[in-house]
Amino acid sequence: MSVNPKELKYTREHEWALIEGNRAKVGITDFAQSHLGDIVYVDLPPLGKEIKKGETLLVVESVKTASDVYAPLSGKVIEINNALSKAPEKVNRDPYGEGWMVIMEIKDPKEAEELLSSEDYESYLSTIS
Amino acid sequence: MRYLPLTDADRKEILASLGMESVEELFSDIPPEVRNPALQIASLSEPELEKHIKELGEKNRDLAELQSFLGGGIYQHFIPHAVDHLSGRAEFYTAYTPYQAEVSQGTLQAIFEYQTMVSLLTGMEVANASMYDGASAVAEAALMAGSITGRKALAYSAALHPQYQRVLRTYTQHLGLDLVELPWTEKGQTDLDALPEKEFSALILQNPNYFGVLEPVAEASRVIHERGGLFIYSFSEAASLGLLPPPGSLGADIVAGEGQSLGIPPSFGGPGLGIFATREQFMRRMPGRIIGEAQDAEGKRAFVMVLQTREQHIRREKATSNICSNQALCALRALIYLSLMGERGFRAVAEQCYHKAHYLSQALEEIPGVKLRFRGEFFNEFVLTLPQEPEGLLNFLLKNSILGGIPLKKYYPSLKQEVLVTVTEVHPKEDLDKLVYLVKEWRGGLK
Repeated sequence: MSVNPKELKYTREHEWALIEGNRAKVGITDFAQSHLGDIVYVDLPPLGKEIKKGETLLVVESVKTASDVYAPLSGKVIEINNALSKAPEKVNRDPYGEGWMVIMEIKDPKEAEELLSSEDYESYLSTIS
Repeated sequence: MRYLPLTDADRKEILASLGMESVEELFSDIPPEVRNPALQIASLSEPELEKHIKELGEKNRDLAELQSFLGGGIYQHFIPHAVDHLSGRAEFYTAYTPYQAEVSQGTLQAIFEYQTMVSLLTGMEVANASMYDGASAVAEAALMAGSITGRKALAYSAALHPQYQRVLRTYTQHLGLDLVELPWTEKGQTDLDALPEKEFSALILQNPNYFGVLEPVAEASRVIHERGGLFIYSFSEAASLGLLPPPGSLGADIVAGEGQSLGIPPSFGGPGLGIFATREQFMRRMPGRIIGEAQDAEGKRAFVMVLQTREQHIRREKATSNICSNQALCALRALIYLSLMGERGFRAVAEQCYHKAHYLSQALEEIPGVKLRFRGEFFNEFVLTLPQEPEGLLNFLLKNSILGGIPLKKYYPSLKQEVLVTVTEVHPKEDLDKLVYLVKEWRGGLK
C-alpha cells in the first residue's frame, strides 16, 4: 500500500481533495486506481458544472469497468485536467499528482470537516481490504 | 434444448406460487385489444393438423403473386440469392451478438465490416453493430442527444415515420421531455420556421420523409446547430443513400435509420435493421455494441467488442442504453448485400427507384381528378390525392392483384383522400403502365 499524502482529505468512496482556500483539487486515490485497473478514459465534466457533495462528478472508464467519481464537496467545477483526455494513464501512474481531475470552487467550507484525514482513510482501507 | 410441455398440475403449481387463479389473470396487464385471439384448433390428428395449417397458409397472399406499391418504411427490393445462401451458412446463422471473441472471429469481423459500410454510407465517423430497427434507433438517438446536451426539449418533424414517432413517445414518456412536433409545408417539407424559441437537445428529421419528400437537410442542420442542439438524421428507405449526399456531409450529429432495404425481405413488416452512426466526439454516448479491431497475443489482427463498459451488464442503470444486443443476422445480410451490389450497383438501384417513381407519378398525374399532394422533390415515394377516400381504388386494385399504396388518414386525419405510393427497382415498366391503366379504368367508372 502506497502512502496517501497527509495534506489531502479523503472520502470513503476513494476520492481525494487538496483544499487551498476556497478551492479544492480533486482526484481518485491510489487504492481506487489500482482496483480499477488500466484507466482508458476519463469523462470530465463541463466547466461551470455545479454539483452537490456526493453527486456524480465524472466517470472513469477502465478496461474492467466504468465507475462514477463523486464530488467530495459541493461547489462549481472551475478547471478540468484536459491532459487526461489524451493520457488517461496518468491517473494510474500518478493519482495524487498529474492524475488530478478537476478543481472546484468550494461552496460550503464546513463540508470539508466531514472528510477523512490520511490516517482515518488508511484505517478505513484496512477494514475493507 | 428439450421441450417439455407443462402438465395441468405444473400450471396449477406455478399459478399458486404467483398467488393467481388462472393463466388469464397472469396476462391481465396486456390490454385485450392487442391480444391475439386463442387459436381455435380442435384436437386433430397429425395429418389433419397438417392439412388444416396448409389451408390456413394458402389464405396468405404474398409478393410472388401480388404486385406491391407499398412502402412507408418497409420496401421490396431485389435481393441477390447469394445473400440468402451466405447468411444461411451454419457458421454465420445466429441472431446473437457473440460474447466470446476467441471463438467468434468470423461473426465479429462481419459486424466490424458492417460498421465500416455504415460509416461509408452515412459519412459518419463511427457506427454501432446495429439496433433493432429504425424506430428504436431514432428513440435511442433522442435519448443520446438528451444525455449529451442535458436539455429537455426535443423537436421532430410530423413527417417523421408515424410509427417512429410512436416508439419515440413510448421510450420517452417517463423522462419528462418536452416533445415538439413541427408541421409540414405545402411542399410536404418540415416547416423549420415553426421551431419555437426553446433550448432543444436535437431536431429529428427523416429524409426522404414519410411522404417521400426530400427535406431541406443542410438548412435544418444549420438552424438547430445555431441553437446549440444536435441534428439527428433519420431515414426509412436506405436505398436513398445511394443517390443522396451522405448525412455526415450535411452536418448530421447522429444518423438513425432503417436498413431493411439492404438485403432484408419485407416479411410481415419486420424484422428490420436499426442503423446507427455518430461523430467520434460522441462515441462514448452511443448506445449498443461496437466491434473494434485489435491484436491478439501473437500480434495478429483480431476483432473484439469495445467500449463495453458503457453497457448495461457493467453500468447497470447508468448504462448509455438498455440495448446490449444487436440485430446480427440482419446486419450480416446488409453487409453481404452491400458487398455484392458494390458502389455502382447500389447507386444504380437508387437511380432506378428515382426514375421509375417519377415516370409513374407523371403518368398518374395526367389522370383527371388525381393529383400529387406535395410539390417538393421526392425520391421513390409520393403522395396522391384522389377524388375520394382511397378504399374504393385500393380494393379495385387488389381485385387485380395489386397492392396500390398506403392510405394516410390512419396516421394523418387531415389527409383523408391521400395515398402513399412507392416504386422501387423491382417494378418493370409494364407493371407501372398496368397500374396507370387500372387507375384510369377505376376513375372512368366513377360518376
